[in-house]
Amino acid sequence: MLELKNLNVFYGGIHALKDVSFKVNSGEIVTLIGSNGAGKTTSLRTISGLEKAKSGEIIYEGQDILKKSASEIVKMGISHVPEGRRVFSTMSVLENIELGAYTRNDKDQIKKDIKHVFELFPILYERRSQNAINLSGGEQQMLVTGRALLSRPKLLLLDEPSMGLAPIIVNEIFEIIKNINKEGTTVLLVEQNAKMALQSADRAYIITNGKIELEGTAAELLDNDLVKKAYLGG
Amino acid sequence: MEQIIQQMVNGVSLGSIYALIALGYTMVYGIIKLINFAHGDIYMVGAYIGFFLTTYLSIGFFPALILSMIICSLLGVIIEKVAYKPMRNSTRIAALITAISVSLFLQYGMMYFVGPETRTYPNILPNSQIKLFGTEAVIDIKNIYILVVTIVLMVLLQYVIYRTKTGKAMRAVALDRDASELMGIDMNKTISYTFAIGSALAGAAGVLVGTYYNTINPLMGAVPGLKAFIAAVIGGIGYIPGAVFGGFFLGITETTVSAFGGSLYKDAVAFAILIVVLLVRPNGIFGSNTKEKV
Ligand SMILES: Nc1ncnc2c1ncn2[C@@H]1O[C@H](COP(=O)(O)OP(=O)(O)OP(=O)(O)O)[C@@H](O)[C@H]1O
Ligand SMILES: [Mg+2]
Repeated sequence: MLELKNLNVFYGGIHALKDVSFKVNSGEIVTLIGSNGAGKTTSLRTISGLEKAKSGEIIYEGQDILKKSASEIVKMGISHVPEGRRVFSTMSVLENIELGAYTRNDKDQIKKDIKHVFELFPILYERRSQNAINLSGGEQQMLVTGRALLSRPKLLLLDEPSMGLAPIIVNEIFEIIKNINKEGTTVLLVEQNAKMALQSADRAYIITNGKIELEGTAAELLDNDLVKKAYLGG
Repeated sequence: MEQIIQQMVNGVSLGSIYALIALGYTMVYGIIKLINFAHGDIYMVGAYIGFFLTTYLSIGFFPALILSMIICSLLGVIIEKVAYKPMRNSTRIAALITAISVSLFLQYGMMYFVGPETRTYPNILPNSQIKLFGTEAVIDIKNIYILVVTIVLMVLLQYVIYRTKTGKAMRAVALDRDASELMGIDMNKTISYTFAIGSALAGAAGVLVGTYYNTINPLMGAVPGLKAFIAAVIGGIGYIPGAVFGGFFLGITETTVSAFGGSLYKDAVAFAILIVVLLVRPNGIFGSNTKEKV
C-alpha cells in the first residue's frame, strides 16, 4: 500500500533521513520505533507532504506522492495524527472533529461518521461544546484520532500517541488503535514506547540516526536481543 | 453635556474606521504572522475608487461602497500572490521590508496616476442632521451611516468566520498551520480569502472616510494605517474582537483628547497608550499566550 524507497530528507544542513526505505501492506499495523531525534516524525511528515524530500520515492497505491501537496494527500486517503496532539485549542471539540472532514462534501455521510466517532469516544460527545484546550491529554489524543478518522483514511499515520499519558490511558488508546485497524484502516504507528507498540503491531522497523537499522515481524523484534537492550529496558 | 455627546459620536465614527482597518491587520497577522504595512494604503486606494465612482460615474453611496470593496479585495489578493507569497519561507524581517515596499509602491503609484493634490468627495449622503432626543446635541446623519455600515460588516464578518467552511479554515490556520494542512485545508486558498476579506474591509473604510471627512490624498493611508495597527496591537494582534475593541477605544480616546484641547497631542496619546499596553500586557489587552504554547 505504501512504500518508501531511499528517502533522503534534510533540514538545512541536517541530514534527517538517510536512504530510508520501508513499506506498509494493506491491513497491517506497522510500527516505526526509535529514540529521540531518530527521524520518526520526519518520516511521517514527509509522507503526508509537510516536508519535502531531496531524493527518493514514496509510492502510495501505485503512485509517487512525493510531489503532492498535503491537501491532495489527505484526499488520497492518508490521515496523519501529529506528534503532540495539536488540537485547535480555542475551537470546540465538535468543530475540531468537523475540520477532519474538511476535504469532504457528503454532508449526510459526514454526520454519520461524526456519530461513529462519538460512539468510539463517548467522552468526546459529553465534551463536544467545550474548547479543545480544556480536555485532558488523553481526551485530546482521542480527539485528534477521531478527527483524523473523519477524512475516511485508508492509511492512518500516528505519531507517538502514548506520549505523556498515564499507562492506563495508553492501554485504552492502543485498544482503540487496534479496533480502528480491525475496521479496515491500515496503521503506521510511530512510537518510543517500544513494548506497547510491538505488542500491538504486525511488523516493525527500528530507526536510528535517520537510518533503518532493523526490521522484522513484531514478534521477532520483541525477542531480539538488541531491541531488548536498547528499547525494552534489558 | 452636548459637547460630550458630540465628541462621543465623533469618536465612534473615527473608531469605526480604525476598527475596520484594524480587522484586516489582525486577520492577516493571525494567518501568516505578517504585519502588512501596505494595509493602510489599500484603504487609501479604496477611498480613491469611491471618489472616482461617485464623481465621474455619479454612482450612489452603496454601490460605490460595494464596488470599492470588491476591487480592494482583488488588489489585496494580487498583492499577496505577487509580493508576499514568494517571501513566505523567508525571514520575518524580509517579509516586513517587502510590506513596507508595497506600501510605498501603492502611495507613489497612486500619486503618479492621480497627482499629489487633495481631492474632495462629492456629497453623496443626505446632508441632514438629527437631534438626539432630550438633548441639544445634533448628529450628522453621516455618523449613523458609518456606524451602521460598520456594524453590518462586522456581523457579516462574524458570520463568515464562525459559520462558513472557509472561515473555519481561516481560524484553524491561525491556530495551527501544520495541523490545518493535515486536515486538507488548502493554504493558498485560505490565505487569499483572508487578504480578500481584510482588504474589502479596508476599502469600505476608505469610502466611509471620504464621505465623512470629504478630503482624500495619496498619503492618507499612512497615519490611519499606523493607528489601526496600534488598535490591533492594543486588542491583541491576531484576535478579531480585540481589533474591534482597539479601534473604538483609540477613536474615542483621540476625539476626547482633542475635545479637551489636546488635538496637537492626539497622535502622541495613541502611541503612549500603545507603549503602556505593551508594558503591562505584551500580548495586548485580550491577547493570551495560549496560541504560542500549542
Ligand atoms: N524543523 C526542524 N529543523 C531542523 N532540524 C529538525 C527539524 N525537525 C527535526 N529536526 C532534526 O531532524 C532529526 C530528526 O528529527 P525527528 O523529529 O524526525 O525525530 P523523532 O524521531 O521524531 O524524535 P522524537 O522522538 O524526539 O519526536 C533530529 O536531529 C532533529 O533535531
Ligand atoms: Mg517525533
